[in-house]
Amino acid sequence: MKIDSSLNYTATRNACKLCTPLGAALVFSGIEGSVPLLHGSQGCSTYMRRYLISHYKEPVDIASSNFTEETAIFGGGENLRLAIENVTQQYSPAMIGIATTCLSETIGDDVPLIVNSIKDRNDLPVLVHVSTPSYSGTHVDGFHEAVKAIVDQLNPAEGFGSAEHTQDKKVLNILPGMLSNEDIRHLKSIMETMAIQPVILPDPSERLDGSPWMEYQVIQSGGTSLSDIRRMGSATGTLEFGRVMGLRSKHRSVSKGQSAGTLLEKRFDVALKSIGIPIGVRETDRFFSAIEGLTQLPAASRFVQERGRLIDAYVDCNKYLAGKRAVIYGEEDLVVGLAAFLSETGIIPVLCASGGMSGFLRQALEEVISPSVMKQVSVKDGVDFMEIEQEARQLHPDLFVGNSKGYASARRLKIPLVRVGFPIHDRVGGSRILHIGYKGALNLLDTLVNTLLQTRQEKSEIGYSYL
Amino acid sequence: METIPVLKEREKQIFEKGMDSFAMECDKKSLAGSVSQRACVFCGSRVVLYPIADALHVIHGPIGCAAYTWDIRGALSSGPELHRMSFSTDLSETDTIYGGEKKLENALNELIDLYSPAAAFVYSTCIVGIIGDDVEAICKKVAKTKKIPVLPVHSAGFKGTKKDGYKAACDALFKLIGRNDSTRVSATSINILGEFNIGGEAWIIREYYKKMGVQVVSVMTGDGRVDEIGAAHRASLNVVQCSGSMIHLAKKMELEYGIPYIRVSYFGIEDMADALYDVAAHFKSNPEIMKRTQSMVRNEIKAILPELNWARKDLKGKKAAIYVGGAFKAFSLIKALKHLGMRVVLAGSQTGSREDYRLLRDMCDFGTVILDDANPLELAKYIIEKDADLFIGGVKERPIAYKLGIGFCDHNHERKIPLAGFIGMKNFTKEVHATVMSPVWQLVPRRGAKPEFVL
Repeated sequence: MKIDSSLNYTATRNACKLCTPLGAALVFSGIEGSVPLLHGSQGCSTYMRRYLISHYKEPVDIASSNFTEETAIFGGGENLRLAIENVTQQYSPAMIGIATTCLSETIGDDVPLIVNSIKDRNDLPVLVHVSTPSYSGTHVDGFHEAVKAIVDQLNPAEGFGSAEHTQDKKVLNILPGMLSNEDIRHLKSIMETMAIQPVILPDPSERLDGSPWMEYQVIQSGGTSLSDIRRMGSATGTLEFGRVMGLRSKHRSVSKGQSAGTLLEKRFDVALKSIGIPIGVRETDRFFSAIEGLTQLPAASRFVQERGRLIDAYVDCNKYLAGKRAVIYGEEDLVVGLAAFLSETGIIPVLCASGGMSGFLRQALEEVISPSVMKQVSVKDGVDFMEIEQEARQLHPDLFVGNSKGYASARRLKIPLVRVGFPIHDRVGGSRILHIGYKGALNLLDTLVNTLLQTRQEKSEIGYSYL
Repeated sequence: METIPVLKEREKQIFEKGMDSFAMECDKKSLAGSVSQRACVFCGSRVVLYPIADALHVIHGPIGCAAYTWDIRGALSSGPELHRMSFSTDLSETDTIYGGEKKLENALNELIDLYSPAAAFVYSTCIVGIIGDDVEAICKKVAKTKKIPVLPVHSAGFKGTKKDGYKAACDALFKLIGRNDSTRVSATSINILGEFNIGGEAWIIREYYKKMGVQVVSVMTGDGRVDEIGAAHRASLNVVQCSGSMIHLAKKMELEYGIPYIRVSYFGIEDMADALYDVAAHFKSNPEIMKRTQSMVRNEIKAILPELNWARKDLKGKKAAIYVGGAFKAFSLIKALKHLGMRVVLAGSQTGSREDYRLLRDMCDFGTVILDDANPLELAKYIIEKDADLFIGGVKERPIAYKLGIGFCDHNHERKIPLAGFIGMKNFTKEVHATVMSPVWQLVPRRGAKPEFVL
């Protein structure tokens, strides 16, 4: 293969991103009793189902309004209505989450209008709609837009001020973004220890990681309940993960890019704390102090112990990690979280890359990485895996850290890959990886160090018994 | 037990032998909101052309279609692996306003320079037709300057079903055929159509024909090469597997080049043997071929029988459910499962024809449920009602089976071992045995809590 690094290619080669409706479908799969419905071709739903099933190893049902040629000419209103009725009949859902696709957006279907025309029918569930044209943004945008749509449409401004909106000191909203099921479970356990009632939106941790069934579950149990979502306006605060997300929200308009947390703050005066995904010591410290700020509750001693254990492991591993070079890729906010963690262990994140293109990746990285390390970091946003590979080739990394889609490149470069994030299609337990909190960082640290040790052991002629 | 509801509009696509009169409807667009297991037109084209390893496959559209089909099926190659790359024009909002033609042209020119492919396929996705890009014209232009075939594939997702996608792929393949007259082709030569080499099957089949003394000119499209396909018009016979996807091409080649075709399946002992015998019979002017075939088949079967007999002891009387893309595969699977002593209680396909379903009905026992274009709820309903022990399907069916404590065999894109040929039957047997007899089922609630323990 010829490589010409001077060329900026038009084509995307092995994308490091997915399309917007996937993010929305993922969010709708994390709401109790909800069925995602994509307004577009049958293929979109089926492809996304396959993609998600290969990661979660669980049934993921996503309905489609199934466009035909006639639909594309005369508009999709009739198909969408039929789809809503059929989903209702088959699944008896509490909610249908409707996301658009490139097709329905391009022909100009007015989904809010179609939905509003049937919204008040009492034989239908709650309908939430979100605009997710596949040609705009990435799955991360689809994810955040869907979270915002749910919060917005289930908490209209009109009802505010009534009795149910008296502030509840014990309730804390958490908008975690795209985390693993294990991460969500860990969050819940932290909240339980602290006697906080969290509203975590979305929460796929039970729906997409459940036990075998006695009978078929038309919709798996679990997920954020609609009644909890309707309480979000009266929470004591909102904790929103993702530094890129926070920066975007600050700089964008309500209609585009602003977050659900900002909406809750503006509409219901719910205090908002925007923090990075809590990976590693410092970002998790900030997480606990943010909770303290919002709830006035101190972190429990259990977490002090976990923190100590993590730092102790950093110390034990310092020589294995100092100066090691890692390539990190994936969703921008995950990259920032991982970079914060890796750089505090002594690893240099020589390349921080994402298919996302918010424009805030560098700024967010600068917030968590010291200037001296930052000088050694190459930041690339809006890139694909072939660009990452090309850049990585020059940087001589020791590790790739990211989702399983980087495997092809890591394999060509003969660099070990530590799998984190989403998707993980070539290993089991992808949704059970713990990333966040002191415990998550400890789990990642063990995996990282053991990967390096294994590489060293295998490459060594001596075959050390002690490392 | 709560029964799972079936949509009224779907009832005519479900048939239970001995219970209903046969008025099976099929060949329909999927019902909105039914959660079909089907994909789209694009998917049909993509799976057929995907294994051509030295071609550039460019997906013209927003990023999703390319991202979700990156390295999606085994489709092993003995040489180049360009097909395992995912190329997209990654259309953005401005492209949907001003058109994506320029972007497509630039992308093609760059990628052809970079990877020197033998040909390029350009797949249209949903919005390409809507925004009015003249893909045909761009392809012609690039083909002229780069001097390789650049072929548009008319695969806009909503313009029909997966079957229309197969047809669009066949049309593109047909344009490649006839471009290469330099390959030496014997009088006893064939093309293998509809074998995609997911787990290395095409290599096994090729070897069989080679041993018989039959030349394989091209495989469409497993381990496929543009040059081999270019010479396909010079073969004497087309041997068509997976007839749903490739029969259109076989018919076109018969019309244009006068090449007759036969339909075969390489799955299961009987069908595999027939596939070889039918080809040998076609070349009856050379009786040596038949002789070699007979002795080869005898030896191959002899080699796998002990394994089959061993597995049958455990599998006898177990019940299987089958849900596949094309119905033709279901026929072979039913025969193969019978060989293992198993009974098929559910058989369905995404794209079967009325004729296919009639044949399925005739092959199946009373009580067997036949489904066209089913959805997860229907599949779950009937595997529970029929108490299946094994489900054969693809990725989307796997979790349905597992959640209900039923063994599973991937007979689709994600299989890693060849399931075709005689050796494939042995592999299949081992796989079915391993999953059906796994001790884990003793622990799942639906198996651990059988009625006799509950009562």
